[in-house]
Amino acid sequence: MTVDSTARATTRRSGVKRTTKKTASGTEAAAAASSEERSTGAGAAAKSTRTATGKAPAKKAAKRAPAGTTTAKKTAKKTAKRTPAKKTAPGKTAPGRTAATATGGADRPEMVQLLTPEGYRVEHPDYAIDIGADELRGLYRDMVLTRRFDAEATALQRQGELGLWPSLLGQEAAQIGSGRALRPDDYVFPTYREHGVAWCRGVDPTQLLGMFRGVNNGGWDPNGNNFHLYTIVIGSQALHATGYAMGIAKDGADSAVLAYFGDGATSQGDVAESFTFAAVYNAPVVFFCQNNQWAISEPTERQTRVPLYQRAQGYGFPGVRVDGNDVLAVLAVTRAAVERARTGEGPMLVEAFTYRMGAHTTSDDPTRYRSDDEREAWEAKDPILRLRTYLEREQLVDDAFLASIDEESDTMAKRVRESIRTMPDPPAMSMFDNIYADGHALVDEERAQYAAYAASFADTDEEGR
Amino acid sequence: MAPGEKLPIAKAINSSLRKALENDPKVLVMGEDVGKLGGVFRVTDGLQKDFGEDRVIDTPLAESGIVGTAIGLALRGYRPVVEIQFDGFVFPAYDQIVTQLAKMHARALGKIKLPVVIRIPYAGGIGAVEHHSESPEALFAHVAGLKIVTPANSSDAYWMLQQAIECDDPVIFFEPKSRYWGKGEEVAQGIPAPLHRARVIREGTDLTIASYGPTVRTALQAADASAEEGRSVEVLDLRSISPIDFDTIQASVERTGRLVVVHEAPVFFGSGAEIAARITERCFYHLEAPVLRVGGFHAPYPPARVEEEYLPGLDRVLDGIDRAMAY
Repeated sequence: MTVDSTARATTRRSGVKRTTKKTASGTEAAAAASSEERSTGAGAAAKSTRTATGKAPAKKAAKRAPAGTTTAKKTAKKTAKRTPAKKTAPGKTAPGRTAATATGGADRPEMVQLLTPEGYRVEHPDYAIDIGADELRGLYRDMVLTRRFDAEATALQRQGELGLWPSLLGQEAAQIGSGRALRPDDYVFPTYREHGVAWCRGVDPTQLLGMFRGVNNGGWDPNGNNFHLYTIVIGSQALHATGYAMGIAKDGADSAVLAYFGDGATSQGDVAESFTFAAVYNAPVVFFCQNNQWAISEPTERQTRVPLYQRAQGYGFPGVRVDGNDVLAVLAVTRAAVERARTGEGPMLVEAFTYRMGAHTTSDDPTRYRSDDEREAWEAKDPILRLRTYLEREQLVDDAFLASIDEESDTMAKRVRESIRTMPDPPAMSMFDNIYADGHALVDEERAQYAAYAASFADTDEEGR
Repeated sequence: MAPGEKLPIAKAINSSLRKALENDPKVLVMGEDVGKLGGVFRVTDGLQKDFGEDRVIDTPLAESGIVGTAIGLALRGYRPVVEIQFDGFVFPAYDQIVTQLAKMHARALGKIKLPVVIRIPYAGGIGAVEHHSESPEALFAHVAGLKIVTPANSSDAYWMLQQAIECDDPVIFFEPKSRYWGKGEEVAQGIPAPLHRARVIREGTDLTIASYGPTVRTALQAADASAEEGRSVEVLDLRSISPIDFDTIQASVERTGRLVVVHEAPVFFGSGAEIAARITERCFYHLEAPVLRVGGFHAPYPPARVEEEYLPGLDRVLDGIDRAMAY
């Protein structure tokens, strides 16, 4: 306060002595016990400045372009295939069994692998998998359909039907393997790239497109498939997942929560805090980090100086790195992690070592920051190709099956195209909807004002469109 | 809480939390030091002892984590009542509050609800070190999806907290910490006023003072002092900052023709600025003077030895009345 005390009168009408004696309450309140009296007073000088306010501005003549048709459509839901958690003993996943590196994983510490890039089954001492032919074919189908949906969405963005699309290309095994490790009563907190996990949860793929088309900011019912809304602020959802898991523990339920995030998110405070909370409360949450090597243009070594899975050690729970392009290894490791959570052993960090083969989003240009050689090296480890090679060698699939998957892909892609092109814009008035569950006077007032404004245009319909 | 018992605000809040914990097994109290210690202001004193560590939860020292996990608990069906230890410590949680908590109901097109209450002891006058005396209500009022209330007396502290906990929306509950341990007041029985309704706490004809939280008492003192000078000042306790009950303010200003808004927060882009703008729109032909604001300056909250000069005390409020009456 810039008070010139000499310019002030010597008494205050309040008669209140100006002391700095405090009524300190609470332990943190340091009592400023000065009893210094001031002989200053309020001058009551009328020093206000009158600011003339103008009259109401002229009404804008601009008119919004009319939008499309009404009502959100409902499409048939795909039923999530139930994959019960196996009673396999969790592996010895104590972190630190491989040497820490100072490169954030570029020199590849050991990781769990059950299917080599060449399509050969290998065993791992800690993570076994017992899986039948039907289930293997199911994983293949899931990955192919997910990749096809993703390609279709990228194409729809190029055609102007979507404003943006974050492709999951290359991460199909990480998402399908983890997504299929869950029960319906488990809960998933995704980033904005978990299209494969959404598929496993039974979320209709077309629902994922709404926010990228700009017709909503999420839109689906998270409790419909226990799949929370996509979260764009990096890492925020890790805390929601942890809190949800704390609730599961309070309820005495044996469900588990999967918190998805990427390598870039591990730098966020919210992810660090979620590790702390989950560890302290022993919450049944699995932190599933898809390390796809790139946070837009920044490589993992810009986020960490130790392999990411080793972060868990400092928080007091196990971490493990799994070959994120090996759907069998991801499934086995996630099952084990989820089983730990169910049986009260607390959180676990799974780092799925994978690769974002495409751009960060359709707005990104990876040629500015990474080489073609790198991408080609990862293409050789393609998650779908290696499973197909294995299935064909083991004669678990035939041409008819592969053709039927291709046909199913075509059908789904056609449905996605058609549904996006007919997806209606929301009525403008809907921007006032669902801001509050119990209502809010200001929203009501502004809604009414906007409705009157919109109605002032003769060619506008009742809904302000 | 015995009938007729007089409670200071801190104890009224304690009783209200106790009642909520008794009434609804889904209600949780969580925050730093809220358990054994009973909070740094002792507002949660004894609750953990009676309701257990599972419902009265000492959290890690991480505000974003507290609010973020409260969101997750709410999604699971709980009704967390979160304590942020001091006003100046809410900012690590600001991201979770603004980008997640406030928007999630809308993002899900109304299919999920976020009944989270965030209690924040706020405002100054206690001689504290920095970050312990701030009034950040405007920073939250700007955000759609949040509701913001602040009681000024024990009865409101009790009932408004009950209502906030029952509300299906996120509510930021600002508690005037300098009034926590003031004189005990009786908690009214019967049906409480609606949560977001302003209250005329003193009637007058010459000028209206709109105040809330810690400044309500100052406004009443100013009305007393003005009465001695022959001025009849009406005093409003707004109680709610989002939404603001403009109807009650408007009705008052239409009677008095003058309005002074008093709050501890800086006036620049503060709630007083919003009230001035809206009341000017609503009462343009009733106003005898521009709406004036008395509050904090565009300066960091000052060191404790000068905070009384910063705070809108009785003399500054009277000065504001003088200026409004001079028109």
